[in-house]
Amino acid sequence: MGDKDSIYGFAALGLDIYPEYDAAHAADTLRKLAGNNYAVIYITEALASAISEEIDRYKSKELPAIILVPGVIGNTGLGLANVSRTVEKAVGSDILSQK
Amino acid sequence: MALTNVNPTRMELTKLKRKLVTAVRGHKLLKDKRDELMRQFFILVRENKSLRIEVEEAIKEANKHMSVARSSMQDEVMDVALMMPKQELKLDIENKNIMSVKIPVFNTHFKTNDKSDIYSYGYAFTSSDLDDAVKSLSDVLPQMLRLAEVEKSCQLMAAEIEKTRRRVNALEHVMIPRYRETIKYITMKLDENERSTTTRLMKVKDMMLAQAHGYETF
Repeated sequence: MGDKDSIYGFAALGLDIYPEYDAAHAADTLRKLAGNNYAVIYITEALASAISEEIDRYKSKELPAIILVPGVIGNTGLGLANVSRTVEKAVGSDILSQK
Repeated sequence: MALTNVNPTRMELTKLKRKLVTAVRGHKLLKDKRDELMRQFFILVRENKSLRIEVEEAIKEANKHMSVARSSMQDEVMDVALMMPKQELKLDIENKNIMSVKIPVFNTHFKTNDKSDIYSYGYAFTSSDLDDAVKSLSDVLPQMLRLAEVEKSCQLMAAEIEKTRRRVNALEHVMIPRYRETIKYITMKLDENERSTTTRLMKVKDMMLAQAHGYETF
């Protein structure tokens, strides 16, 4: 999921793509996909930041795995920030970034 | 604080002692679980981080090609080129159990095994940059799938670690001290009762002696 330019290439690899621009509509699509037997959903960081609440809901569920990827606009660092947040949740402080 | 509204009886004491043993054992088990989870989590999260950096780098590279391709091709041509993918990706999901955390394992199936099937178009009307873009994306796809697996596992394990840590802390800092305190309270109360019974008996004995023989012992 994401803006068309960022995700079009993945169509060639056999992934289903859902071009989304609008946050409310994207949240809708995400819910639909999650209920629709998709195991992995890649979503551009730009779009993910708009619907982060929706994404957080699936964090503790076993499936689907929602993975943030950078889009054409560039890397916002949100994906890595999420990894740090996971560490923080588990350990209490982010001990990996300090290195 | 100890539970002061507890009955200071022997039965209560035995019950509490049994509870304390269970709590201590549970605490030890949970602590072990937490430590092991933590160890596994760190292995995974390190992989997660390096994978993510790799994947993001690769996608950036692919996006560069994509942008060039887009600028040199018309939108319609691009749409047509990517409209009907030849390749199809299917995922089988298995569960793996790490310390009672269920984590997903993805098995990928491609519809065709031919490597060149990622190009869903003839080469005549498309720019070679599109080929590059698609190629680099397909190269990074296995890593992306692995990333999905690892990142999801990390999230699930983080949630489980948090839960386990809470339980360990609750046992260690609340439940076990409370049991200990209550046990101490009951023991003291029972001892006190015993002492007072002894004193009373001594007193009664003295009184009986005084009554029977008419002498004072104190």
